[in-house]
Amino acid sequence: MHALIEARGLTKRFGRVTALAGMDLSLPPGRIVAILGPNGSGKTTFVRSVATLLRPDGGSLTVGGHDVVREPQAVRRMIGLAGQSAAVEEMMTGRENLAMVARLYGQSRRSARAASDATLGRLGLSDAGDRLVKTYSGGMRRRLDLGASLVGSPRLLLLDEPTTGLDPRSRMELWEAIRALGEGGTDVLLTTQYLDEADHLASLIVLIDEGRVVAQGTPAERKQRVGADVLDLHTREVSDLSRAAAVLQGLGIGKPSIDTETQRCSIDAPKGSGVLALVVRALDDAGIDIEDVTVRHPTLDEVFLKLTGTATGSHAPSDPAADDRVA
Amino acid sequence: MTTTTFDSGSGSGSIGPPGASQVVSTLTIAGRTVKKFVRTPQLIVAGTAQGALFLLIFRYVFGGAVAHTGSLRYVDFLVPGFVATSVLFTGMGASAGVADDLGLGLMDRLRSLPISRFSIIDANVWANTVLTVLSLAITTGIGFAIGFRIHNGVGPALEAFGMCVVFGFAFCWLFVALGLFAGSPQAAQSLSFLVFPLTFVSSAYVPVSTMPGWMQAFADHQPITAMVNTVRILTEGHGAEAALGHSLSYYLPVSLAWSALIVALAAPLAVIRLRR
Repeated sequence: MHALIEARGLTKRFGRVTALAGMDLSLPPGRIVAILGPNGSGKTTFVRSVATLLRPDGGSLTVGGHDVVREPQAVRRMIGLAGQSAAVEEMMTGRENLAMVARLYGQSRRSARAASDATLGRLGLSDAGDRLVKTYSGGMRRRLDLGASLVGSPRLLLLDEPTTGLDPRSRMELWEAIRALGEGGTDVLLTTQYLDEADHLASLIVLIDEGRVVAQGTPAERKQRVGADVLDLHTREVSDLSRAAAVLQGLGIGKPSIDTETQRCSIDAPKGSGVLALVVRALDDAGIDIEDVTVRHPTLDEVFLKLTGTATGSHAPSDPAADDRVA
Repeated sequence: MTTTTFDSGSGSGSIGPPGASQVVSTLTIAGRTVKKFVRTPQLIVAGTAQGALFLLIFRYVFGGAVAHTGSLRYVDFLVPGFVATSVLFTGMGASAGVADDLGLGLMDRLRSLPISRFSIIDANVWANTVLTVLSLAITTGIGFAIGFRIHNGVGPALEAFGMCVVFGFAFCWLFVALGLFAGSPQAAQSLSFLVFPLTFVSSAYVPVSTMPGWMQAFADHQPITAMVNTVRILTEGHGAEAALGHSLSYYLPVSLAWSALIVALAAPLAVIRLRR
């Protein structure tokens, strides 16, 4: 069984900007794969190349054994694309939008109608199916857009930052839908700049930076190699900070670090390890007042730092809605 | 049903069904553009009101000052010109629409589907040609309402209408190509305004003979003048022919040649742009 997507020395430049710098990647079928990287790392360029929207400058790229440059139509028959914006027609109903795309995949009128009904149901849009899309919320539009990418039953779904710009609830709904697709046997390739999104959805995470693959593995491997969640705490009195670090050190669960700039003490806190309770109790016993304590996912920068020893070449996102598009 | 619809083959070489044929994809994509327009009544009302307003202004404000139309009443001189050039103002919408689709990612979706990329362009041209016919009919109706009359029989008048559709079709190619290159709907809109000098420095609204010599040289040899005069002679007959420089046997082939040239230049450009 050969790879679903195979990139060899893939390069793409836009003027003086190198978006893909000799990318090598072999992705097996039957998975939800997340391409994880900061803004400008080449995620979108890679997905657009797979979708036959961009012509690579060098190297080779095949999808299901078909070359994207030489056999683009064969590739297009296998894929469904949902880009960064909801590419749906506002002045048509949800049902009409889906039926239009299904027709373009070559389905008859009847099966296009059946496929759009089924897709609407699957994405929880049945009740809104006959409403014009301009009355939809942002989350509903993104779900419909996802529907348009899968109404033709493609072998491989390409989702470029599917949840960027969505509110938390819509984000959860979309995650739910994507996970269900993966369980239903559809291959999914998605890009994201959020570690938690990749952890939640993907069975394979590919970290990329500056147009190259930095690392790849399952979420479990990722957690094992770079540590899991992180516990941050502030003491009420700043002078207590180093004493708190000493107490944490004494617990023997890892090496705490102190960030002097933010007056914060941090320690790794793997899920289900009970670190939070342990830390709070120990500090209480030592008579140290805690201002606040949080457990969070490591940032993308922390992951890169641990994996590669260097920070990301491109800056980690500060604006979640920021655009990764180079083209 | 759900399972049959969403099961995808698990062999890694499996390919989906072949995409829609050229005809089906053209009709499907064009259907969307027409639906979008028809469901936005503001567009139709605004377009009609604008056309009527300009026609009234030319007819009643400038009309009195325009002489040199020979035995032709100004309203009979004006309306054929106004109707023929209205295809340019309708076609401008195609540019903005195409640029909009590019920006919103709709074009990306279409380009990622297993259809001929030519059908994406084709569909936009045909859809906008249909909209042009609609607006031609409305503008012609307003023309009759303000006193325009045909003096050459119904047959040639219908031919004249058909010629307007041909010109509209040709300009739709140009505007679709412009929209693909423009980058944004705003840029497309500004590029489209280049049609203003083209329509005003022509025989559409005033006789070319009233312009300074150097301007006449341009006005006499640009496509709009040939197109307008073709329509004018077909609807008004001898009276129009006498007031213009040439006869129908000159203007008709010249205007058709211009139409063909516009398509021959715009179509490959549009295709190249979409392939990139």
